[in-house]
Amino acid sequence: MTAESNPLLSARGIRKSFGAIEALSGVSLTVNSGQIACLLGDNGAGKSTLIKILSGALKPDGGEILLAGERVVFASPKDALDRGIATVYQDLAIVAVMPIYRNFFLGREPEHGCGLLRRLDKRTAIRIAEEEIGRIGIDVGDVRRPIATLSGGERQSVAIARAIHFGARILILDEPTSALGVREAEIVLRFTRQAKERGIGIVFVTHNVHHAYLIGDTFEILKRGSVSVTFERAALSKEALLAQMSGGSELTRLAMALERDEADADL
Amino acid sequence: MVTGSSKAARLAAPGRQVCLADRLRELFLRAELTAGVSVIAVFAFFAIAAGDHGFLSFVGTKNYLQVAAGIGIVATPITLLLVAGEFDLSVGTMTAAAGIAVAYPISFLGWPIWASMSAGLVAAAIVGTANGVLVVRFGIPSFLVTLGMMFFLRGVTLGLTLMLTGATQIFRLKALRAHDPMLPLFAGSVFGLPVALFWWLGMTAVAAHILTNTRYGNWIYASGGDPDAAAKMGIPVGPLKVALYVATAMSAVIVAMLEMFYVDLADVTQGLGKEFEAITSAVVGGAAITGGFGSPIGTALGALMFSMISQGFFYTDINDNWFYAFVGAMLILAVIVNGYTRGIAARRTLAK
Repeated sequence: MTAESNPLLSARGIRKSFGAIEALSGVSLTVNSGQIACLLGDNGAGKSTLIKILSGALKPDGGEILLAGERVVFASPKDALDRGIATVYQDLAIVAVMPIYRNFFLGREPEHGCGLLRRLDKRTAIRIAEEEIGRIGIDVGDVRRPIATLSGGERQSVAIARAIHFGARILILDEPTSALGVREAEIVLRFTRQAKERGIGIVFVTHNVHHAYLIGDTFEILKRGSVSVTFERAALSKEALLAQMSGGSELTRLAMALERDEADADL
Repeated sequence: MVTGSSKAARLAAPGRQVCLADRLRELFLRAELTAGVSVIAVFAFFAIAAGDHGFLSFVGTKNYLQVAAGIGIVATPITLLLVAGEFDLSVGTMTAAAGIAVAYPISFLGWPIWASMSAGLVAAAIVGTANGVLVVRFGIPSFLVTLGMMFFLRGVTLGLTLMLTGATQIFRLKALRAHDPMLPLFAGSVFGLPVALFWWLGMTAVAAHILTNTRYGNWIYASGGDPDAAAKMGIPVGPLKVALYVATAMSAVIVAMLEMFYVDLADVTQGLGKEFEAITSAVVGGAAITGGFGSPIGTALGALMFSMISQGFFYTDINDNWFYAFVGAMLILAVIVNGYTRGIAARRTLAK
C-alpha cells in the first residue's frame, strides 16, 4: 500500500540507557501495512524497552521514529495512540472486575446528550462491543459480564479487537501468545493474521519462534540491545531462524519441539 | 445476628432455585443488598425495642435522618474515592476546619454566606489538592497521607482559631446572617424535613449517576480496579484522584455549614471521627477498601443504618454506650457478607 520508500512505521538507530546500562544501542525496525514484523529475542534483550519507545511510554535517548515517512516524537502513550499506534501489552490493560463492554471502550466511551446530561451511550457501547468481538469469531456471551470470566486467549483477542476498532494502523503485540495454551494461542494467531489482512501493520513481539514463523513476514532478532539479524520471510527457513535465535547451540532440541508443534497446531 | 440469618437466607435462595429469572438473581447479588437488608433489620430491631418510646415518631425519624445526612454527604464522595482505590482520613478534621473557615468571616469580617462559603471551598480545594497530589505524585499510601493531613489540619485549625479569636468556638452565626438569601440552603427545613436531607439525597443521586452513567464513572472504576491498565488506556488516573480528593474536602464544607447553622455554632472539634463513620457507611454499602467496588446508593443505606443505630439506642433502655459495639459488629458482618456476595457474582458469571 504505502510506497516502499515510506514504510508505515520505521524506527532508526534507537538508543536508550538506564543509568550505566545500555538497554538499546541503535536498534532499527520497519513495518509496512498488511505486514507482520516479528521482533524476537530472549528476556532482557531490550524488547520491552523498544515497545515502550514505539508506544510513547518512554523517550529514546537517540534515533528517530518515522511514521509514513514523517518524523514524529511521541509526547505520551495517548499521543502515539492518537497517531494510530496501539500497543496491546502482556497484561492487556484490562480491568478484570469491569464488564467486557466497559473494558472495550475504556478511555474512549461513547456518549450522548449534552452539557450536564452528557452520559454514557451504553446501548451503542454494548452493540459495538458485541459486533466487534463477534467478528473475531469467538463467542463471549453477554458482554456485560466481567472480563475476568473470559479465557486468556479470548481476553487477548478482545484487547486486539479493541485496538483495531479504535483505528489502529499499527499494532504492537507484546508476547500475545506466551501465556497461552496451544488452542488459545491458535485463536490469537489466527486473529492476528486476520488483522494483517485488514491492512494493519503489526509488530509481533515474542520469544516463541514457532509462533513467529507461522505468521511473520519479516523477522528481527534482538540481542543485548541491538539487532543481530534481520530476515525477510522468503530468505529464511525456520531452522535458520531457530539457529539465529538460539545461537545454534540448542538447534536440535528446538527443531524437534517445532516439528511436534506443527503436528499439534495446524494453522 | 438477626440480620445475619435473614441475609444469608435471602442470598442462598436464588442460587439454589435455578428457575428464578436472571434479573432477579442480579438484584440479589447487587452491592446494595447487604446495606438494604441491614437497614430493614436495624429499623425492625428499634421499631420493636423502642417503637413506643419515640423511635417511630416524626421527631425520632427526623433526628436520625439529620444524622444520616451529615454522614452521607461526606460518605458519598468517599465512596467514589474508595472505588478509585483511595482513602481519606482527614475529612472529619476538614469538617472542623471548614466550619471555622466559613464561620470566621461571617462572625468577624461580616461577610455574606456566599463569600464565606467560597472561603471554605477554597480551603477545601487546597487541602484536597494537597492530599491528592501527595498520594498521586509521591506514591505515598493514602492512609498515611490523609492521616498526616488529619493531624496537620487539626493543629492548624486549633492554632489559627485560638490565635484569631482567642476561643475554640464561634457563636451566633444565624442571627448575624438572618436575612442572607443563602441561609435557607443550609438552615431550616423543606416540607417539614431538614434541608440536610435534600443535600444528601441530591449528592447521592449525582454520585450514583456519575458512577454508572458517565465516562467518569468508568474511569473511577478502572482507576481502582487496575490503575496500570487505566493509565495505559489513557485515563488520567492522577488528576481524577486529585479531583475526588477535592470533592471529598468540599463535601466537608457542605456538612460543616449544615451543622453549624443547625446548632448555631462552629467548633474546632466539630466532625472529628466523621471519616470513620463515612468509611463504615461506604463499606457496609458495598465499597471495597481495595478499590473497584462501591455504590453511592449502598453508601446512603449504610449511612441510614449507622444513624438509626446511633440514634436508636437513645430510645431504648439499653445504655447508649453499646452503640459502638453494635456498629462494629455490623461493619464486620457486612464486610464478610459483601465479600461472599462478590464471590457468588464472580462464580455465577464464570459458570455461564
